[in-house]
Amino acid sequence: MADPERPFPPGAYPVIVIGSGPGGLQVAYELNRRGIGHAVLSADPGPGGMFRRWPFFQRLLSWTKPYAAPDRETRAFERWDWNSLLATEPELRGLQTKFMDGSSDFPSRPEMEANLTAFADRSGIKVRYGCRWESTRRDDGPTGPRFRLTTSDGEYDCEQLILAVGIAEPFSPPTPGIEHAVHYADTRAAETYAGRRLFIIGKQNSGFELASGLLQWASRITLASPSPAKTSIETRSLVGVRARYVQPFEDSALGGGVDILSASVSEISRSGTSLRVDLKRTDNGMPVSLDVDEVIAATGFTCPLLDLPALGVAVFGQSRLPAQTAYWESATVPGIHFAGTITSGASGLKKHGIPSYSGAVQGHRYNGRLLVERLAERSFGIPRPRPLIALADLTTHVLAEATNAPELWHQKAYLARVISVSADDGIRDEGSMPLSHFLDVDGPNAIALTVEADGQGAIYPVAYIRRDGKVDEHVLEPHPLNEFEGTTYRNQAGSLLELIAPGASKA
Amino acid sequence: MATRDEIADALAGMTLFADLAAPQLLGVASRFEEAFFAEGARVLRQGLSGSAFYVILDGEAAVLVDGEQRATLGRGEFFGEVSIILGELPTADVVALRPLRCVVLAGPAVEGFLIEHPKVTYRMLQAQSRRLRNANRARG
Repeated sequence: MADPERPFPPGAYPVIVIGSGPGGLQVAYELNRRGIGHAVLSADPGPGGMFRRWPFFQRLLSWTKPYAAPDRETRAFERWDWNSLLATEPELRGLQTKFMDGSSDFPSRPEMEANLTAFADRSGIKVRYGCRWESTRRDDGPTGPRFRLTTSDGEYDCEQLILAVGIAEPFSPPTPGIEHAVHYADTRAAETYAGRRLFIIGKQNSGFELASGLLQWASRITLASPSPAKTSIETRSLVGVRARYVQPFEDSALGGGVDILSASVSEISRSGTSLRVDLKRTDNGMPVSLDVDEVIAATGFTCPLLDLPALGVAVFGQSRLPAQTAYWESATVPGIHFAGTITSGASGLKKHGIPSYSGAVQGHRYNGRLLVERLAERSFGIPRPRPLIALADLTTHVLAEATNAPELWHQKAYLARVISVSADDGIRDEGSMPLSHFLDVDGPNAIALTVEADGQGAIYPVAYIRRDGKVDEHVLEPHPLNEFEGTTYRNQAGSLLELIAPGASKA
Repeated sequence: MATRDEIADALAGMTLFADLAAPQLLGVASRFEEAFFAEGARVLRQGLSGSAFYVILDGEAAVLVDGEQRATLGRGEFFGEVSIILGELPTADVVALRPLRCVVLAGPAVEGFLIEHPKVTYRMLQAQSRRLRNANRARG
């Protein structure tokens, strides 16, 4: 008898998912829903992934608006809820709203963990917890490559491997004296920094999260990294330090005990009971030194891909993200796929410098759904729904998606809604797909619709019209209230749709 | 895979960044992002808005205009700057001929970067001038 507490004993499975954070849970839900045989393995003792530990100061950076206009159990509500996973069953939708105490639209860490635990329990997701993936082999059999995994519980074998292990391995740069610093991941309880002079390496969100949380405790805080810090308010995107953490900028501007430097750390050394930090400014090369009590390296995390690079999985960047196809498969080893925050390695077009939001739940939950939809179709013969759309409804349908589709709003210029038009197959809603896939793979006449931003504050729909194999981009006007369903848009969208579906504008 | 220090080292060997001292190179390395493109992947897309400026760290790419190959680019060479500087849409596709590693600067960040780094701008102008001279010669 299989132990119900420890499902998925060692053996062969069509698909193996590693990880039980939001990325692993979304993929497990999608596999379950389609009846695809799989095992989910996790080294953790329960669901939640990074939210079992972080953020330090116990409140998330991602909001959920319980009183937004759409009903909480609808797809439209997803746009107003960055934290719930996706489901088709109404009772599983908008789950985060059921675990918020009303004190903030940013859930606390325990509230997020409760949301994820409830999703796993109520949707019947099974995970073999306490099972650590240790190493990987690749065997090329008659049906293609198979992956053999050694785990703390024994040997597993699969054709398709989905890694949802997060960007979770602390990274510190090889700066001389870095051993005197502790990594962000090992930050202590806030009150233990009372009266201490604190130096933070790194000016990303993690550095400013620490600075914000320790403002009332530290006697002085200095942050440094080679390039200037920008806020999300300046970049008008999620690039840069989030608005939640701007207080240190104000303190710095007013000379209030916080210093924000553009400098690289040359060396950290012990100096009596203090630590001496030697810096070189990146703007003019001049040296700066200061004495502090503590150094924290908020220098990021890498992907814990173990031995996969040795198997040929190409990685890039400081986070060692795997290079991926548009559908989040390793660009160099077919059969290895990624879910969760790692999908930010499939960077898409990054138009105007704005990245996908795959590094956060509100973005990568859609990637997970589309990854399984694609895998189901290609490897398990389960076709995705492609409902017919009447010509008379086409313009309305397209504009309603531009105004409301949550995946288009959360994954701007990254995911597109695609509708194809052909003489023998009619007008078909092809669902959502990565924009770069639509642009790079030929197909019938079609429209791919995205919501995009220019980094200057404008948000607008963009229609990519593919006609006779050639794609043209058509940027629609922004609207001051982001409502794209009025007469102007009907006229613009209608005339574009005429290019592939004659008669669409007359409907 | 590369850390910021490794990228700074790679940039140090390139003509475009030859006039920068070590701390400035680190600053440049942390403003650019690394990107990887598998063989056959499109890096720059003709006619699409919102593009970026790329410097090749490793690999080789083809420049295609309306699907016709016009040039190849390799380590230390760069592309994407013309459309950004002119505020126009890219007039060519750039496709990886083999695995391609680049550093990338988003379009909206290019003007500020060039103004802050006049020596890089001068090197870029030299490269552009060379391209223009060669084009003029080819035209006869």
